[in-house]
Amino acid sequence: MDRRVSEAVRYLGYGKNAVDDRTRNLIALSFQELEQVAAVKSVYQFFSCIVEKEEEVRIGTMEVRSRNLAKNMKGCQEAAMFGITLGTGADLLIRKYMVTDMAKAVVTQACAAVLLEEACDDLQEKIKKEKAKEDLWIRPRFSPGYGDFDIHHQKDILRILDTHKKIGLSMTDSYMLTPTKSVTALIGICKEEMQCHKTGCESCTQLDCQYRRN
Amino acid sequence: MSIKDRLGKELLFLDGGMGTLLQAQGLEAGELPEAWNIKYPERVRQIHQRYKEAGSDIVLANTFGANRCKFHDTEYSLEEVIKAGIENAKQTGAFVALDVGPTGKLLKPLGDLSFEEAYEVFAEAVRYGEKYGADLIHIETMSDTYEVKAAVLAAKENSSLPVFATMIFDEKGKLLTGGDVPSVVAMLEGLRVDAIGMNCGLGPKQALPILKTMRKYSSLPIIVKPNAGLPKQKDGETYYDVEPEEFAETMLEIVNAGAAAIGGCCGTTPDHIREMVKSCRGQSILPLEKKHDTIVSSYGQAVLLGEKPVIIGERINPTGKKRLKEALKTKDFDYILKEAITQQDAGAHILDVNVGLPDIDEVSMMKEVVQQIQSVTNLPLQIDTVDVAAMEAAMRIYNGKPMLNSVSGKKESMDTVFPLVQKYGGVVVGLTLDETGIPETADGRVEIAGKIISEAEKYGIDKKDIVIDVLTMTISSEKDGAKVALKALSKVREQYGVRTVLGVSNISFGLPRRPVINGHFYSMAMLNGLSAGIINPSSAEMMQAYDSYVALMGYDENCQSYITKYAVAQTEQPVKKESAKMTLHYAIERGLKEESYKITRELVKEKDSLDIIKEELIPALNVVGEGFEKGSVFLPQLLMSADAAKMAFAVIKEQLSKANIQEEKKNKILLATVKGDIHDIGKNIVKVLLENYGFEVIDMGKDVAPEAIVQRVKEEHIKLVGLSALMTTTVVSMEETIRQLKKAGLQCKVMVGGAVLNQEYADMIGADFYGKDAMQSVHFAQEYFG
Repeated sequence: MDRRVSEAVRYLGYGKNAVDDRTRNLIALSFQELEQVAAVKSVYQFFSCIVEKEEEVRIGTMEVRSRNLAKNMKGCQEAAMFGITLGTGADLLIRKYMVTDMAKAVVTQACAAVLLEEACDDLQEKIKKEKAKEDLWIRPRFSPGYGDFDIHHQKDILRILDTHKKIGLSMTDSYMLTPTKSVTALIGICKEEMQCHKTGCESCTQLDCQYRRN
Repeated sequence: MSIKDRLGKELLFLDGGMGTLLQAQGLEAGELPEAWNIKYPERVRQIHQRYKEAGSDIVLANTFGANRCKFHDTEYSLEEVIKAGIENAKQTGAFVALDVGPTGKLLKPLGDLSFEEAYEVFAEAVRYGEKYGADLIHIETMSDTYEVKAAVLAAKENSSLPVFATMIFDEKGKLLTGGDVPSVVAMLEGLRVDAIGMNCGLGPKQALPILKTMRKYSSLPIIVKPNAGLPKQKDGETYYDVEPEEFAETMLEIVNAGAAAIGGCCGTTPDHIREMVKSCRGQSILPLEKKHDTIVSSYGQAVLLGEKPVIIGERINPTGKKRLKEALKTKDFDYILKEAITQQDAGAHILDVNVGLPDIDEVSMMKEVVQQIQSVTNLPLQIDTVDVAAMEAAMRIYNGKPMLNSVSGKKESMDTVFPLVQKYGGVVVGLTLDETGIPETADGRVEIAGKIISEAEKYGIDKKDIVIDVLTMTISSEKDGAKVALKALSKVREQYGVRTVLGVSNISFGLPRRPVINGHFYSMAMLNGLSAGIINPSSAEMMQAYDSYVALMGYDENCQSYITKYAVAQTEQPVKKESAKMTLHYAIERGLKEESYKITRELVKEKDSLDIIKEELIPALNVVGEGFEKGSVFLPQLLMSADAAKMAFAVIKEQLSKANIQEEKKNKILLATVKGDIHDIGKNIVKVLLENYGFEVIDMGKDVAPEAIVQRVKEEHIKLVGLSALMTTTVVSMEETIRQLKKAGLQCKVMVGGAVLNQEYADMIGADFYGKDAMQSVHFAQEYFG
C-alpha cells in the first residue's frame, strides 16, 4: 500500500486491520481534493541553543522550562524553529464535509494530517541537508505540547518567526493553531550523530496506542 | 495641497521597509517594533528622515502592529505607542500615514476573532491616529478580505481621513485566504476606499502582472509597494536581494503600467527609495479609467455578471417551503447549509438568501445565516430581504461585495437602500415597480429602470452596480406576462446597458408541470438578455435550458462542460436495478446512502414507518455499532452507515409529516465544543450518531461560551449536555462550563469527550460521564433517558 494511504488508514484508527474498499476510495479522493486546496507554507530560522541543568532550555530569546525538551536538546548548541501550515483551504474543505458527509469529513481530516506530517518531514529533511554541509546533525522535531513542553510557548514561536505575516499562521486565545492543520516545532542541531527517527511515532512510550505505526 | 488633491493626479512616493532596518539596529526577533517609538525614538525618527530625504512624499508611522491584540500587558499603552509613532514621523514634514497592519489573528469562522472584535481593534487605533495628527490611514499587508473589511469600516467610521488599503498577493494573484484580484477590487471599491493596491509578498517583477490585472478591474488609484524581491532563506535567515538600481528600473515599468503611488516593503531601504524616486520622478501617471464590470464577490471568488449568464440559486427562501421554515424556526442550520452546498454542486454561481418569516428576529437570523453559509461555501450571496435593518446588518458582516435584493422605484425604498450601497458596496437588484404599482407595459417598466439608475447616480452608485429586474408575472393570470418581460429585458439592456435579473419560475405559477414552462421561458429570457436567472439549480429542466444556452451561444468551449455533464449522466442508469433487490438493512450496514434513500422511498409505500425503524433501521445500526466497539468496523464505515440511516430517516420523517402523524417526542441533548476550542469534528461525529439513535440534538457549534450554554439549557429544559474539548488549554473552559451549569442549579448531566481527556481528568473537572468514543456517548444517553 502506498505510504500515504497507509498513514491515513492508521490515523483513522484501523490499527492492523485491513481497510475496506470504500474507505480506501474515499482516501484516494480526499488526497486528490486536498492537493487542490492545500497550500503548504513554512518559515524557519536558526537560533542559539543553551541547555542548562536538567530542565532549562534557551532558544534565542525564548526560555523554556521542560525536562523533555532539555533531554531532546541535550548537547545542542543550535536549534531550528519552524512554523508550517496547509492553509485555510484544508479547513474549509473539512468544514464543508462536516455538513454534507461526516465519513468524508473524518477521512479528509486524516488525509490532511498525513499531508501535514509529510510537509514537516520535507522541511526537516531540508534543514538536515543544510546543516549536513557544516557537519552538523539534527534531532527529532519537538513541538509545544509534547511531554512537559508547555503549549503556551506556541505564542513565543509565532511571534519570533512572525508567522502571521509570513505564512498566515496564528493562534486562538486558547493557543490552538489556526489554520488548524499547522505545526510549530523545534529541531535541535548538534555535532554528534544520534539515532534519529524521521518521525516521532516509534519513539513514543505509549505502546498500546491504536494509532501506533507498526 | 492635501493628499487627496494629489492622489491619482501625480505620482506619489511612499517609503520603504521599516522592520529590517530596526533589526539592523538591534531589534530582536519577536520584540514589538512599535515599542521602539518610545524606547528609541531617535532611531525611528532617523529612519523616517532618511526616507523623506530619499524623496518619500508619505511616510508610514511605525504603527504596523500597534493594536490591542498585540499591545495588552505591555510596557507602554497603545495610545502612547501610536502618539509617539505619529510624532516621530511628523518630524520629517512629510505626509504621515497611520500604518495599520493585521491583528495577527485569524477571524471567525476559521479562527476565534469575531468580525466585530476585529472592527473594535482597528477602530481604537484609528481614533488615536487621527487624534495625534495622521494625514491618512494606510491599511496594509492584509491577506484576508474579512479583516481588511473590518479595518476599512473602522477607518471610515472613526475618522475623516483618506483610506488606502493594500493587500498581499502571491504570484498567482491570490490572497492567503483564497481571494483573487477582482474579488478584492470589487469589495474595496464598494467600501469606497481612496486608493487600493498591493504590498509585501512579491518583488517588483512579480507585482507587475498583478498590477495589470488590478488595473483591468479597478477605477481607483493603485498603490504598489513590493519587497526587494522574493524572500530567500539562507541559514534560516530571510533576505531579499534585488538591489536599488534594479528595483528602481522595475518600479518605472510599474508606473508605466498604471501605478499611482509607489514605495517598497520588506528588504527595501532608503537607497531603494532614492533610486526609485530618481528614475520615476517627473513621470506622469496613467489617467484613471472608469470600469464597467458588474461584479459580486465572496472571500474566495468574484462572479462577473457579463454576457454569459449566471445562475442565482433560489432555494434558501422559506416562501412555500415547509421544511426550510421549520429549519429557520428551530435554528437547524445544517439543513440550510446543505441547501447551500447542494445548490453549489448543482451549478449555482450566486446564492439567494431570504430568511423572512413572520415571527422571526430577521436581523439576527440574517446575520447568522449569512455567516454560517460563508463558512461552507465561497459562492457570493444575494441578501434578499425587505427589512432594511436586516439588510444593513448582513451587508456589514458579509465577507465580500454582496448582491442585494432589492430596491424598487419607490422613493422610500431608494432613500433607504441606496445609502447602504453607498456605504458598504454591493450590486443591487432594481425592481421595476413604484408607488403606482407594476406597469403593465414593457415601456413603463423600462422607464422605472431609468429612474432607479439616475437616482442611484446621485449617491455615486454607478449603473454597473444596478441590475434591473423587469419582473415576471405568471401567464396563468396575465396573458402577456412573458412577452412584456422579454421585451422589457431587451429594452433595458439596449437603452441603459445594464445587467438584468429575473425570478424565472414565477412565470408558471398556477400551472401544472411548471418546470416545462419554466425551462422554456428561461431559454427565451437568456436570449433576450437575461444576465442572471434566479432559479432552482436542482431542476433538471432549468439546468438543461442553461447548459444548452451556454453551449449554443459559444460560451462553453468545445462544449466541454456540456459533454462532461451529460455524457456521464447517461451511463449512470443501471445502478437502480441492483438496489431493487437490496434490503434496507444491507444498505445501511454497507453505508450506501443513495440506495438507502431509494429503498426507503419504496418501503414506506407498503410498510408502517415505525416498523421500518424497528425492524430494519435500528437492527442495522446495532450491527454496525457493535462491530465498531469490537474493532471490526471503523470510524469511516460507522459514519457512512450513519449517513445512510439518516437518508432513510429523512424519508420516514417526510412520510409522517405528509400523513400528519406527530413524531414521537424525542429526548433533547445539547452538544457544544467549548469556548476557545475551534476543533469540532469529534462533537459532530457524536451528533450524527445520537441523531441516528433517535435523540434530538441541539448543536451550539464551536467556541461556545459557558454562559450561552447555561442559558440554552435553561430555555430548552435540557437534561443532558455533551461537551467536547481538544486540548488541555480548552479543558479549562470545559471545567468552567460544568461549574456554571452546577452553580445555576440546573438538573442536567454532563458527558464529556475529546483527545486529551480520560476518566480521571473527567472526574476532576466534575463531569458525570466520560465517553472514550462516540458510541459510548450513545450508550450513556440511552441508559440515562432509560
